Amino acid sequence: MSIALRDVWADTLGEIALENHDLLVLDADLATSTRSDRFAVAHPDRFLQMGIAEQNMIGVAAGLATLGYIPWVSSFAVFLTHRAVDPIRMLVAQTHANVKIGAAYSGLLTGFTGKTHQDVEDLAIMRAMPGMTVLAPADATECAAAVRWATDTPGPVYLRLARDAGPDLFDVTYRFVPGRVIRLREGSDVLIVSTGLQSVRSLEAAVLLEADGVSAGVLHVPSLKPVDTLAIADAARDVRLVVSVEEHTIIGGLGGLVAEILAEHEPRRMVRIGIQDTWGESAPNAFLLDRHGLSPRRVAERVATELSELSGR
Amino acid sequence: MALTPESGAGPSVDLDDVARRGRLLVVESVAHSGAGHIGGPLSAMDLLVALYFRVMRIRPDEPDWPERDRFILSKGHSAIGQYAVMAMRGYFPIEELATFDSGDSRLQGHPDMTRLPGLEASTGSLGQGLAVGLGIALGARMRGLGVQTFVLLGDGETQEGMVWESVMVGARYGLGNLTAIVDCNGLQQYGWPPVPGEERRGDRRDPLAGTHLRGAFEAFGWRVLEIDGHDMEAIVAACADARSAASGRRPTAILATTTKGRGLSFTEGRFEWHAKVATADDVEAARLELGPGPGGAAGS
Repeated sequence: MSIALRDVWADTLGEIALENHDLLVLDADLATSTRSDRFAVAHPDRFLQMGIAEQNMIGVAAGLATLGYIPWVSSFAVFLTHRAVDPIRMLVAQTHANVKIGAAYSGLLTGFTGKTHQDVEDLAIMRAMPGMTVLAPADATECAAAVRWATDTPGPVYLRLARDAGPDLFDVTYRFVPGRVIRLREGSDVLIVSTGLQSVRSLEAAVLLEADGVSAGVLHVPSLKPVDTLAIADAARDVRLVVSVEEHTIIGGLGGLVAEILAEHEPRRMVRIGIQDTWGESAPNAFLLDRHGLSPRRVAERVATELSELSGR
Repeated sequence: MALTPESGAGPSVDLDDVARRGRLLVVESVAHSGAGHIGGPLSAMDLLVALYFRVMRIRPDEPDWPERDRFILSKGHSAIGQYAVMAMRGYFPIEELATFDSGDSRLQGHPDMTRLPGLEASTGSLGQGLAVGLGIALGARMRGLGVQTFVLLGDGETQEGMVWESVMVGARYGLGNLTAIVDCNGLQQYGWPPVPGEERRGDRRDPLAGTHLRGAFEAFGWRVLEIDGHDMEAIVAACADARSAASGRRPTAILATTTKGRGLSFTEGRFEWHAKVATADDVEAARLELGPGPGGAAGS
């Protein structure tokens, strides 16, 4: 049974708050969308409405953290990583404040809202920020584990959440380990590296490729920072082609990360699938995934094309 | 004679004398490091001295004391002014001012709370300090701590939109334990160029400086006090007034009229001293005007 990450995030915080009385949730008037309204109902004394003023919200969280509170700030990803990027940079990352950033509505699939509300640059921005931990869970189980880990671990964390539910990948034995990469599927022809909910679509692409006789491995990267660099390099060692796939611009996010690692440790042919330095638009999810080459079929087609070109060289 | 922590505060201290020493430390430190700001630290010096030597409940030898009042220098480019006052108050040796702006120094060009105990925030990106102060004031109230939080802003800084987010939210939460002090020196780095047809202004004076600040704060629900920011008695009285309103439901803004570069004949009201480095001759002139420093100061 699949649950949207935003729901998992809110409900997990509600559970943690039963025991952890320092946990706070700050909202920028999007509680019904981000689901922090659920937390507000469960813990009204620890829900702080900050109004439609994201920059101030970040500073307030930083101030609260100096008094031992563990504030989770919540808004749409784009209003945090873009509008409030300087307060996050100076008041949270530089000071290593114990502030957690719950970034709902990341990526392209933001419910018919379009370019203003889609955030396909967040990973690049947050990954470049010294001291920031950057997480992008793939399913409900991993998200809940990441929320618990982030709450228990001192220091700033950016958690990339998604609006819509996806299939479950992990079972109850899952344990979140920062930096760990997770092998979802073995494969000898190509390695697909993916993050967030896209990892599920990448896995589906690998199944489609198998039907065409292509052996595609899938590596899931739930933690872009820290990250097990050598594990990614090792995974790339036995394939001819590495493909990164992300619901994010190909510049500076997962694709950038993998390219950096391969260039330094394991040079080989690489392709970055993602938003090609362009803007999103309001449209159905299926349309957006197809348009930007992120649907399982489009990923499979692109991988097959790249492999045949590689063979023809 | 160095001011020790024991002798550094209390009703017997001549605040004007401390501020005079602080101004000289600022000029000497900036000259020694070859970088930094002069005008802003001098306009804010009396406010800083009053806060650290008379107003705030603090323990310089225990900077993390939970019950301490909090101070945030939101106009972080005036850091050397805060450092000079903290050194005189006993947070660290006055000799350390000689490290200002040098590599590995705790005394960064803009305050870095990860380096220097006693700083409550890292500032320097204008407009952000009041939000942190708001968070501290809110958290202190939730924790039942009777601390007062003071945030010092520049008047030019209030051009940043984030300031008004904080003003709005601070009033909504009824944070009487939050005090914003605005150092209204009326000058900024470049200022507003003349419009076509207008005669060129001779300095960087904001033609609208302070004009609407009282009305703006009041419109958001703040109490507003207007004082001469170089009158020690007025500063102390205004801060006491703000503290007395802590249990009320309105934060207080103290609009302090100041002169940029205050205290030296050749820097007062001169925009070019915003970030100008003093020469050896300037330092000599400052020493003549302000008298001998507390000893061991940078460059002396």
